[in-house]
Amino acid sequence: MRKFEERFFKVLMILATIIILGSLFMILVAVVKRGLPAMSWDMVTKIPSGGFYLGKEGGLLNAIVGSLYLVLGSTVLGLIIAIPVVIYINVYLPKKSFLADITRLSADVLFGIPSIVYGAFGFSLMVYFGLKTSLFGGIIAVALLITPILIRSMDEVARLVPKDLKDAALSLGATRYEIIRVVLKQISPGITTAILLSIGRAIGDAASVLFTAGYTDSIPTSLSQPVATLPLAIFFQLSSPIQEVQDRAYAAALILTLIVLALSLAARFYSSKFSKNKI
Amino acid sequence: MNTRLLKSENIIASSMNNGKDVFLLEEGAEAQVRTLLLQKTKLDLTAPHISVKNLNVHLQKKHVLKDVNLDIPNKAITCIIGPSGCGKTTLLKTFNRLLEQSVDVKIDGHVFVDGEDIHDKNVEIINIRKKMGLLSQRPCPLPMSIFDNIAYGPRIHGNRNMKELSRLVENYLKAAGLWDEVKDRLHSPANRLSIGQQQRLCLARGLAVEPEIILGDEATSALDPISSKKIEELFVELKRDYSIILVTHTLRQARRIADYVVFMYLGEVIEAGSADEIFNNPQKELTREYISGAFS
Repeated sequence: MRKFEERFFKVLMILATIIILGSLFMILVAVVKRGLPAMSWDMVTKIPSGGFYLGKEGGLLNAIVGSLYLVLGSTVLGLIIAIPVVIYINVYLPKKSFLADITRLSADVLFGIPSIVYGAFGFSLMVYFGLKTSLFGGIIAVALLITPILIRSMDEVARLVPKDLKDAALSLGATRYEIIRVVLKQISPGITTAILLSIGRAIGDAASVLFTAGYTDSIPTSLSQPVATLPLAIFFQLSSPIQEVQDRAYAAALILTLIVLALSLAARFYSSKFSKNKI
Repeated sequence: MNTRLLKSENIIASSMNNGKDVFLLEEGAEAQVRTLLLQKTKLDLTAPHISVKNLNVHLQKKHVLKDVNLDIPNKAITCIIGPSGCGKTTLLKTFNRLLEQSVDVKIDGHVFVDGEDIHDKNVEIINIRKKMGLLSQRPCPLPMSIFDNIAYGPRIHGNRNMKELSRLVENYLKAAGLWDEVKDRLHSPANRLSIGQQQRLCLARGLAVEPEIILGDEATSALDPISSKKIEELFVELKRDYSIILVTHTLRQARRIADYVVFMYLGEVIEAGSADEIFNNPQKELTREYISGAFS
């Protein structure tokens, strides 16, 4: 009887593992199966003509470039906020600091807020300031979304910096500013990982850009113009009755999946490299 | 000093220039060299390098250092001994004002370095720290190459001349006995070195800011016996030019290399004196007990 139990649970565990591995595999298969035939040179080099919802011609260049603009802008903006926070709570505040704990807790809470809420919040900000849906609005909403991720993942690494390192630099006569440079250098692999993770999140998020960045057929030439993104390219075009437009949605899904896959593999590679270098 | 000792001193001088020579000497001579290497410096306490007057330190409302009065001799090895938690490290960290980095610290009293009160308002804290090189328990290389580790101190103090930096790096790596082991890989990351090498790297890095004093906080306790022996020998060489203050847990180490010994217990300096006095003829009962190993 006990032998049966043992085997029963072992089979259960194997089954669960297969489900996980299987679902990743199935998703990849489904995306590739529908996306790959739709892929063409035009798909990645042309913007849609005749409207993204009804036009049969053209490709996804508007969404690809739009997503890159958005991700670049929001990551830079996110880092400008996150790095000072991480430095402040790890270099300036003492080890057991109430303020640092509160900051970490807030970042955790922000991390858990659904992205549609960021979208709604960004939208209400834009209404308040009288802005229309635009690249700028999208960058702000996505920056709000990824800043907590940046803070928490950099903080995890910055907390591991030994006090001895700061003492060593101090006893060589370093100033606070020079210590910050040493600490940043020490956590630079962690910063890279954090950036890759948050890019992965930012590029795949549809809800936060829905109200803030809008959608368009063209590539924006200024911050005040609306911008297309890959997730919304899927969202809008999949519901079209026209086959060619639906194909564009699957091609967008394939491109997005490949980008996110590459980013998470890169993040993994960097973080494992970093943990080997730890003292 | 008699002529025989002078002769031996020459042998040491040449052996310092070329580490191999020591092993080429015949047995007797080598033993002679070793005894001389461990020759205690004659102490001169008329002009102490560091002088502590009525120092009281409270850490998080705890009275950690109680009315410490102490003179640290110039160009000699001073070992601070005592059981764990008696305030040795705190005292050491007061010297280069690193203690102020901790939370809730209250420091009363005076610490004079070269006759200058380091807690004086007009004193530049960076100049105080520059005067002292610190070796911590575990070596802590900066996240950069071997070369940049040594060059870090000179660089932040304004030396940007690459030629001069290369010269400094070579000099101080040689002084720390590390040059031959790393000269072919100066630009590889410092944390790839073994832990014993890292500690010598930290010593070289400290020397590169041209301090007058070397502080060691149990600098050999994380090292293997051979590495810690190397560090000890370096200290003995370096005391010609530097005042060295070591916090140590190992009484044997203090016996081997100390010229001056400070015994602390529960935040107080119980007794301070030459190594000979403390180890062979301690005045206080507590010191006697600690030295004999009755408690540790």
